Amino acid sequence: MKRKLADWLPLVKPGDWLVIAAGLALCGVAAATLWRGGAPDKAVVRAGGEVFGEYGLNAPLRVEVPGPLGTTLIEIEPGRARVAADPGPRQYCVRQGWLTQAGSVAICAPNQVSLSLTGRGGQYDSLNY
Amino acid sequence: MTPSTIELVPTVEDRRIARHAAAAIVLTVAEAAIPLPLPGVKPGLANIVTLIVLARWGWREAVWVALLRVVAGSLLLGQFLAPGFFLSFSGAVASLVTLGFAMHLPRRWFGPVSLSIFAAFAHIGAQLVVARLWLVPHDGVFYLTPVFAAAAVLFGVVNGLIAARLLRDRPAA
Repeated sequence: MKRKLADWLPLVKPGDWLVIAAGLALCGVAAATLWRGGAPDKAVVRAGGEVFGEYGLNAPLRVEVPGPLGTTLIEIEPGRARVAADPGPRQYCVRQGWLTQAGSVAICAPNQVSLSLTGRGGQYDSLNY
Repeated sequence: MTPSTIELVPTVEDRRIARHAAAAIVLTVAEAAIPLPLPGVKPGLANIVTLIVLARWGWREAVWVALLRVVAGSLLLGQFLAPGFFLSFSGAVASLVTLGFAMHLPRRWFGPVSLSIFAAFAHIGAQLVVARLWLVPHDGVFYLTPVFAAAAVLFGVVNGLIAARLLRDRPAA
């Protein structure tokens, strides 16, 4: 067996080792970028506890959601969504900024509106800041 | 039988191409009998022949052998002009173009193993692009890219080693 291996090894030249290493690195990079998971595919907007609407994260869209205090403005872009404006006093949900991970939620409690992203392979249910 | 008025005289080169293409076709058909876990993951043993022809007889002959193999192999397997044929064809064209560039790498440092890996990556890359544009118009096709890339490295090394060994041990036929 050893003799056989010694027979094959000289066939691999120094540059070949580099190419093999580069190929393996490419596999690693591809796996890391494509299998990171947590990419959201849908935004779910709730108002007063009821589902107000579900929107795909493919095209830009602005949704106006009525609540007890006024209108909450949800902004959707490819791959992300945010609460752009809310009549609530402390603006927590607006300051959360863009949501990009499946499972993340922005809640505008005073106006009873929430925005959550769903998707396959979300790594956690929610994020707290 | 009426004697043909057209006389086709095959040159030595023609015979050599036919012989190598026949070997490659045999490998293609034999390989089709191997059960594989995933569509698209194939050893690509016929590329051993392409690599040997490339090293011994140059790029032009390698192109002939590879394309003859794709067309005749698909005819034998009943795949001609089916989606699988276009995937093989685009893969073969891409790897031939890549080999055309890679063969000018210094031979002292880069052997058949490098060429084989480059060709395997070109093959899988072209197939993914064709599949994405035409067969499965959704980014989901790219989900298995890491698996295909790993297969390209593995089979690229194996085929390259076999080609290198045959080139070393066997005299030019």
